[in-house]
Amino acid sequence: MTSTTCWRRVDKLKATNIIISTHAIIDWRSLGYEVEVSLRINLDKSQPRAFEDFIQGARKIPQVIEIQTFLGSVDVRLSVLARDMGHYQELYMTQILTLPNILDVEALMHIASVKSNEMLPL
Amino acid sequence: MIHLDHIDHQLLLALSSHGNSNAGALGRQLGLSQPVAWRRIKRLEKHVITGYRVNLDKEKLGFGVTVFLGIKLATKGRVSLSDFERAVISIPEVQQIQHVLGLYDYRLRIVSKDLSDFERILRRRIMTLPGVGNVEANVLLSEERRLGPLGG
Repeated sequence: MTSTTCWRRVDKLKATNIIISTHAIIDWRSLGYEVEVSLRINLDKSQPRAFEDFIQGARKIPQVIEIQTFLGSVDVRLSVLARDMGHYQELYMTQILTLPNILDVEALMHIASVKSNEMLPL
Repeated sequence: MIHLDHIDHQLLLALSSHGNSNAGALGRQLGLSQPVAWRRIKRLEKHVITGYRVNLDKEKLGFGVTVFLGIKLATKGRVSLSDFERAVISIPEVQQIQHVLGLYDYRLRIVSKDLSDFERILRRRIMTLPGVGNVEANVLLSEERRLGPLGG
C-alpha cells in the first residue's frame, strides 16, 4: 500500500467514527509522579444521585486520571497520581475521602505495567 | 526530571486531548513557527510522551464487553510470577496487565465480543494460567480518561 492510499483509508476510518480520537500517552514518572494508586470504591446506592455526585466530585481532583464504573463487586474505580507517598496520603485524606457517598475504599498500588498496548484482537 | 515551560505545557495538553501532532497547526495555535513547534514536540516525544493511543469505537468493531479482572496467584515465588506473566502476555484479548500490590497481584483488562465470548476466554485462557488463584471480575460500564495534573 502506498502512503497516500494508507492515509486515505485512515481518513475514512475517522470519517465513519471507527477511529474516535488519538491521544498522547504521558509518562507521568518523567513529570515527577512516582506513585499511581488504583482505588476501588463502593458507593452508598441508597442515595439516588450516588454515582453522579461522586463522579462530579472526582472530576474536580486534578490528580485523578481515570474514572471507571462497573457492574460487579466494585462500583467505581479511580486512578490517582501522586508525587510520593506523603503527597498520596495528603490527597487521600483531603480530596478522596471527602468525596460524597463513599461506603468503602480499597487501594491497589501500581507496581509495574506488564502490558498496555490496548490493541483489539482484530 | 525534564523542565517544562508554559509552552511545553500547552503542547502536552493539546497532544493528550487530541493527539494530532501536526506541528504547523499546533504551532499556529500557540504562536510558534512550524520548525520551533516541531522541535518542541520531538523533545516531548523523547522525554514525556511514550506513544499515541488510538481510541477506537469498540462496539462498532464488535467488541461489546470489557471486563477487569483482579487476580491473586495461588502460589508465589519468582518462578511462578514470571511464568504467569509470560503466559498472560500472549493472550490477545488481554489488553492491559498491571502488577499491583494489595488485595490482588494483577489487574487485567479484557476485551470480548459479548458475555459468552468472555466466558470462553475466562475458562479456556485465564483459569488455565499457571499459578492462578482467586479471580474477581467486574464488567466495565463507563470510562473516562482525564487530563490529570496537566489540566489542573
